[in-house]
Amino acid sequence: MGSIIGTMGCSSSVADRRSENVIRAAILIQKWYRFTMARLEMRRRYSLSIFQSIEYADEQDQLQLSNFFTFMLDHCTHPDTVSQIFTSPSAPQVVDEDLCLKEFEKKIDVPDSYYGPRLSFPLTVEDANALLHAFRNEQLLHARYVLQLLSETRRVLKEMPNITHLSTSYSKEITVCGDLHGNLDDLLLIFYKNGLPSEQNRYVFNGDFVDRGKNSMEILIILFAFLLIYPNDLHLNRGNHEDYIMNLRYGFTKEVSKKYKDHWKQILCLLRDVFSWLPLATIIDSKVLILHGGISDTTDLDFLNALERNKLKSLMRPPKSVRDRQDQTKKRIPTAKPSKHIANQHVAVKTQHNSSSGFTEPSGSNLPPDPALKEWKQILDILWSDPRSQNGCTPNKCRGGGCYFGPDVTAKLFERYNLKMLIRSHEFKPEGYEISHDGKVITIFSASNYYEEGSNRGAYIKLNPELIPRFVQYQVSKFTRRHNLRERVGTIESSALKSLREKIYAHKSELTSAFAQYDVNGTGRISVNDWAAAMESVLQLELPWRMLRSQLAQMNPDGEVDFMSCFYDLKMGQPIKEAQPALAETLCRYRKDLEIIFNIIDKDHSGLISLEEFSQTWRLFTSHLGIDVQDDSIDKLVLSIDYNKDGHIDFNEFLEAFHVVHRLEKKATS
Amino acid sequence: MLRRTAKCFCCNLVAEIEKKITEAFEVFDRESNKTVDVREIGCIIRSLGCFPNEAEVQELLGQIEVDELEGFVHLKNFLPVMTKVLLDKRFWPIPEDVILHAFEALDENKCGYITKEDLVKHLTENGEPFTEEEMEDMLAVALDPETNTLNYRDYRIKLVVDESKTFPFNI
Repeated sequence: MGSIIGTMGCSSSVADRRSENVIRAAILIQKWYRFTMARLEMRRRYSLSIFQSIEYADEQDQLQLSNFFTFMLDHCTHPDTVSQIFTSPSAPQVVDEDLCLKEFEKKIDVPDSYYGPRLSFPLTVEDANALLHAFRNEQLLHARYVLQLLSETRRVLKEMPNITHLSTSYSKEITVCGDLHGNLDDLLLIFYKNGLPSEQNRYVFNGDFVDRGKNSMEILIILFAFLLIYPNDLHLNRGNHEDYIMNLRYGFTKEVSKKYKDHWKQILCLLRDVFSWLPLATIIDSKVLILHGGISDTTDLDFLNALERNKLKSLMRPPKSVRDRQDQTKKRIPTAKPSKHIANQHVAVKTQHNSSSGFTEPSGSNLPPDPALKEWKQILDILWSDPRSQNGCTPNKCRGGGCYFGPDVTAKLFERYNLKMLIRSHEFKPEGYEISHDGKVITIFSASNYYEEGSNRGAYIKLNPELIPRFVQYQVSKFTRRHNLRERVGTIESSALKSLREKIYAHKSELTSAFAQYDVNGTGRISVNDWAAAMESVLQLELPWRMLRSQLAQMNPDGEVDFMSCFYDLKMGQPIKEAQPALAETLCRYRKDLEIIFNIIDKDHSGLISLEEFSQTWRLFTSHLGIDVQDDSIDKLVLSIDYNKDGHIDFNEFLEAFHVVHRLEKKATS
Repeated sequence: MLRRTAKCFCCNLVAEIEKKITEAFEVFDRESNKTVDVREIGCIIRSLGCFPNEAEVQELLGQIEVDELEGFVHLKNFLPVMTKVLLDKRFWPIPEDVILHAFEALDENKCGYITKEDLVKHLTENGEPFTEEEMEDMLAVALDPETNTLNYRDYRIKLVVDESKTFPFNI
């Protein structure tokens, strides 16, 4: 591939050869560039795949936790500890809600030193602006105003039907936003680009305002404030995360308890009610249905419109009447991996009739159909389902709740109710939106950088009076210099791999024994094929293991995987000698959940719980998860972590020990 | 007995290759229904370690049945074609120094860098021209904004090192 410099007596063949070389060089560079870009794209895709798989797997694990709470509440021997949070604690039992505002004013004092917004009801645009300004400056709204706001919001929401009907006749466009998940920056960006809500600027927010991001409370406050000021122009639909049990796991409860150290329980209690009063769906011009998740082949809009929506505080627990009945018929089946679909959690196995959304009823029993069951399923379906391109309606295995619905299901619903479009959210989309089912279904997702800085755009829909949608995309960026694609992918990839490695570490024992089964001769090495099979079966994540292998484990020159190298990079925060490996891993895996439980038990927010409480809770927790841990190892552990020997454990300190540490923090290279 | 061993080895190799292809395919399979958008096939082929040019990608697509209406490729149609490609070691990547020579060919004065104008001219007018987007993207990473030139040795090193560390997808 050399070129010729000499130009004396420039003959045409020399010039030709040169330009031929140049063209060949260009082709080669183009080929090579496309090659590297393609592999970059692959890395980006599998990183997002890792994030999503882990997220969905977490959601499934979450069901076990909700089971645990159900169990604790129904059988709790210490009624003054855990169950207290779920019944009305010190919140005023107010019958007349007009008194509520004054009650809070009387009972909660706002000191002169508080410089945040002071709300006065009924709210005005000035109050909304004050809130926006305060939150931009990272101030908190005082607990009294939060409680007043929530109480007023509840009062207003109660008047609304389950399904709101809107008309485009007198406004220009209606803006529909999807999941925000606590990303305040995204909400502020939307308001900046699209204007604040008003009579001329109507909005529908389609659920999942909270959890994961760190400003769920502020988002709710802003949305509720605008709801009170413009009740006909700002509309909210309930999402699957407007659910107090989801909030326990996904960060909102923790956020509130940290921001409002004295009033968080009251706030959460009131919120539990407010969430249950959020409308379930919105319909525009009788043609466009907007709801959070999706539909199923049994979705009945009339039924949904008529039921008492506020009875279902959380969808993670079936209604009480259903639980009572199932308690009678079921046999407790302790398994390490209980069947994953939420509707299967409580049901006996004898003979079952599987309906489309995986919802089983013991058909052997002659009990009459329970209306509460139907209500639960109907709402579960619209808040949890996802569209797929295959026809039919099948249980949503990924999520463990709701179903996958195909174009035929959509078509049938549209025909039945004379609809033209379904706008839903609930699913992460790299571009902020996606159109499926031949243009009939739109997914809108408004939380940009959801998994990691640079992971995705957010978007919102502008719907005009002809009901044609227009999409606006955006992405919040905290870097002042725009990162190039390679840097962005590097960031996303290393973040995704970090999460994956933590998950690997948390399953160390199970993985080690799975590997050992393939390693017949005890060499410490197995084939890539066997390694991939073991990873997939233990972690239950559908990922391109062979492609990821080089980042997760070492291979010898013979092409075999040194399987223990998966764990080299990782270690526990502090080794606790008294904990057996299985116990340590369980603590590692459920660290976040335990943190939540302990925070609930810790009535006085001291950060300490008694050894007795810890022991008991731990026993219940592990028995519920079907983990076999010997009694004396728990006792040893408990004694070992009572550092001060005063009968109390600083649980934050304790849990910190089970934080997975990455020995070599590899920075993303560009 | 030798024959049997050889056959087993061959079967294993094919099985392994098929699994690799399936994995790469499934990363782009958005709805987990064994189909991908036809526009992503080039990406998948390259992620499997192949180094085709655009014309070769199109030629390969010609051998695979594509759902004309929807623009989808099904795994069952892609798998046999791609397996053969990998077994035959078609479109094998070229050594790194050849890329270096390619850049050198564009560097008339042999000074170690290429000006932005020259780069743009060569890559958007010759061969299988870059789209505007592709050109911009390459410039964003490669170009030194102060001198408006590309130091191709540095650029090449940056990319090659990154690649081999994270992505050795060899048979």
